[in-house]
Amino acid sequence: MKHGRISYNGAVHQITEAADGRVRLADGRLLAEGDFQWLPPVEVGTVFALGLNYADHAKELAFKAPEVPLVFLKGPNTITGHKAQTRRPADATYMHYECELAVVIGKTGKNVAKADAMDIVAGYTVANDYAIRDYLENYYRPNLRVKNRDACTPLGPWLVDAADVPNPMALKLTTRVNGKTTQEGTTADMIFDIATLIEYLSSFMTLNPGDVILTGTPEGLADVKAGDVIETEVEGVCCLVNSIVDDATYFAN
Amino acid sequence: MIKQQVSGTVYGVILNDAASVQKIGSLEEAPYKGAPKAPALYIKPANTRAACGVAVNLPGDAKTVEVAATIGLVMGRAAGRLTAENALDAVAGIVLAADLSLPHASYYRPAIREKCFDASLPLSSVKPLVDLGQLVLNTEIDGKVVDSRSLAGLIRQPAQLLADVTEFMSLRQGDVLLVGVSYQAPQAAAGSKITLSADGVGSLSFTIAGAQA
Repeated sequence: MKHGRISYNGAVHQITEAADGRVRLADGRLLAEGDFQWLPPVEVGTVFALGLNYADHAKELAFKAPEVPLVFLKGPNTITGHKAQTRRPADATYMHYECELAVVIGKTGKNVAKADAMDIVAGYTVANDYAIRDYLENYYRPNLRVKNRDACTPLGPWLVDAADVPNPMALKLTTRVNGKTTQEGTTADMIFDIATLIEYLSSFMTLNPGDVILTGTPEGLADVKAGDVIETEVEGVCCLVNSIVDDATYFAN
Repeated sequence: MIKQQVSGTVYGVILNDAASVQKIGSLEEAPYKGAPKAPALYIKPANTRAACGVAVNLPGDAKTVEVAATIGLVMGRAAGRLTAENALDAVAGIVLAADLSLPHASYYRPAIREKCFDASLPLSSVKPLVDLGQLVLNTEIDGKVVDSRSLAGLIRQPAQLLADVTEFMSLRQGDVLLVGVSYQAPQAAAGSKITLSADGVGSLSFTIAGAQA
């Protein structure tokens, strides 16, 4: 099943997918797209992100593939929902999307063995882990000014139950900018797979329901400009839409 | 008025004091290739927060831990694009914090295993905001004072730090911003009893559990 969260009629609602592109509230009411605002499908706990977790992408950035997972963290300020706007600051010269499979943790786990790791996964969603490379500095890189900006990590629209994604390690990832495909890859090419990441993280920290692991992106980065509409899609999970705005639009209100 | 608790995300900053910048050596060569321009931040996630009296288990086969005494600014309201002039109005209070890390000499890559293990951030209760420039943080390990650190010489004072951080990321009510940790802070061994204290703020005690069987 697909689960989402929206803001509607002054309240937050959990929803499920209904026919004809509509969504269903818990009490059965059906809403059409445009009548509500999408929220991230989970209230996130700790958000982990992976750098250089696809060999082709590591090569694209002129790094050799890491020997241990290159993990960084994100705060809740950076998470936003489906169909949101993300700001490209006026001084940025290279801002790129990153289409990623997002793993949502459903059970508490510490020292989880790789063989048991998939048992604590609630489901999957899609993230677009934008980076503004102008702000890269070599301190705890990728630094927060690149990766933890407000509303720079769209997530959603759906959380798809793990049971409905039988093989998360063989899903096609696609990014389209204004309808044109710019990034293609497959989760089969991850260097550290989901089970390995859960085993690694839970070896030193407790994972909790609502924690999210953004599993990295394959090659195919491109600069995005104000006005661009970016679709990041993971096969069998969902398609996340975001648009880029300039400072004047973002701060207009 | 709601008495503010630490309920959100804890952020910290490195290289915010002259002694640490001097100790790490030249920042011009690889891997750093230049002194940091923006505040160099890290996150201590929810699993790291612990209260006074906690027994901290070190991960894996770690035998020692760095104990970095610092002060956390606790946000009393949501804050974005603060200015140095108004930043402290958004601060509800402060906490005494022990930012624990497995020793790591390089700040190049995010140190998640080193800094984010469970209970690696013992925090005191929230105290009223005081002038941090007047504070000296004492670190005592097994009854012996091993470090006294004045916050008078912070490169970015709290108000400026808040302004520079919220230029690119908003903070929420209950979030905490740690004002800086010493590079290669004093180390404590498994089995140590540690107390941090500062006049006018109080103290924070915890232990590093012995090696796990």
